[in-house]
Amino acid sequence: MKDIAFIVCGALAREVLALNKKHNWGADVFGLPVLLHNEPDRIPPAVQERIDQIRGEYKNIVIVYGDCGTSGSLDRLLAQEGVQRVAGPHCYEMYANGSFEGLMEEQPGTFFLTDYLVGSFDHLVLEGLGIDQNPQLRDDYFSNYTRVVYLAQREDPSLQQRAKWAADCLGLPLEIRQTGYGLLEGRLLKLINDSPQLSL
Amino acid sequence: MSEEIDITKLETPELLELIQDDLYDGLADEVVASVNELLARDMTPSDVLNKGLVAGMEIVGFDFRDGILFVPEVLMAAKAMKAGMEILRPLLIETGATQIGTLVIGTVKGDIHDIGKNLVSMMMEGAGFNVINLGINTDVDAFLEAIEEHKPDILGMSAMLTTTMTYMAVVIEALEEKGIRDQLLVLVGGAPLNDAFAEEIRADAYCRDAAVGVETAKKLLAIRRGQPG
Ligand code: B12
Repeated sequence: MKDIAFIVCGALAREVLALNKKHNWGADVFGLPVLLHNEPDRIPPAVQERIDQIRGEYKNIVIVYGDCGTSGSLDRLLAQEGVQRVAGPHCYEMYANGSFEGLMEEQPGTFFLTDYLVGSFDHLVLEGLGIDQNPQLRDDYFSNYTRVVYLAQREDPSLQQRAKWAADCLGLPLEIRQTGYGLLEGRLLKLINDSPQLSL
Repeated sequence: MSEEIDITKLETPELLELIQDDLYDGLADEVVASVNELLARDMTPSDVLNKGLVAGMEIVGFDFRDGILFVPEVLMAAKAMKAGMEILRPLLIETGATQIGTLVIGTVKGDIHDIGKNLVSMMMEGAGFNVINLGINTDVDAFLEAIEEHKPDILGMSAMLTTTMTYMAVVIEALEEKGIRDQLLVLVGGAPLNDAFAEEIRADAYCRDAAVGVETAKKLLAIRRGQPG
């Protein structure tokens, strides 16, 4: 039996893989489709299915998801299954490194980007919200927004350029904040260190 | 497709069906044309609203819940309904259509998601409520002021973020402090909420969607007014 499996939101997969390598956790990482985000009701059953598939093969399974608008039903499922989840409401809060509330207070009309969302902005935002088909919808979604804040995990000029393109698509000014993994790294480390079965 | 149809030649029941189809497809101009045609046939504004727009939007709501329609389609349908409502609203007021109560609704402070809240507003209006929509990022003072001014039967609050839904408790506590909590029904909704949360913050009910919102509002008001449920 292997030690740890991470079941992760596709939007966090790349970062979790990097952290797994950095800290030598030796975990296997299983991703779930990012598009579930637009229909959070489908997240708990998808997580459940993955847990059922791999349960017998791992001593421990850790879920790397926020509540993500599942109305607490993800946490209820995990409590039943006896499986732990990294703390946090959504990945923007995790990456913002404690500054999420402050940024929102400063400008309630803040739209966040992460490395992942920058990379898949066309797919998740433009296509996912139907703006590619009906450009006038952009203003229905975003007319109350005042800025885009890119919480950057990597320092990569091509991502920064793409973030600029994304902000331009929305007609909003861009701010870039180099946050790295934010609270995600510390919370994952804590989860692994605090759990007697998990600490390596 | 529907632009090829001569709506003046359709029987009224067919036209009502067409409105519902056009609403489903988010065709605002077509919905407006059919609303005008029905009014020209002397259908009452409230019948056009209920048998056309509200009935159509209910279908949209069911198909959204069942994963057949997605957010953009719902948004397009809501825009089409709004276009129809804009014609009907002044007529409803003019004809003195009966109102069953007043609702003050807003998305809470820190949150600017408004698609769901606006849809709830429209469906409540369709159900005969006088709706005061305070918009987004609504703080406790704005809620209190509107309550004082409009004396609503129902307060509706929407939040789509785990980080903002807790603000609903702040508003309810303020109502309690002012001693007016019991004069109102408080309905709450939004993706990250559930029944347990509504109970915890002492709201009267959590509503999964606009249809449940309308049903709950009517039911709880009837109970409160001592009418048979
Ligand atoms: C569309 C959308 C957006 C649009 C909003 C456009 C707008 N003008 O509202 C955009 C793209 C701009 C957006 C932005 C953000 N979003 Co957003 N968004 C969504 C999405 C995909 C759909 C919401 C929606 O409009 N649904 C359609 C309507 C019809 O349904 P509804 O809102 O649920 O409303 C119904 C019911 O809930 C109920 N209801 C709602 N309120 C009320 C109130 C009362 C009184 C009653 C009776 C009923 C009721 O009735 C409504 C009608 O049936 C949801 C995911 C989801 N499917 O819920 C994420 C979601 C809400 N967003 C989320 C997040 C994180 C954000 C951002 C922080 C992301 C970012 N990159 O910055 C920002 C917010 C920033 C900010 N400053 O507030 C998360 C929240 C997670 C959490 N746990 O908090 C969600 C759940 C996505 C996810 N899975 O992560 N978002």
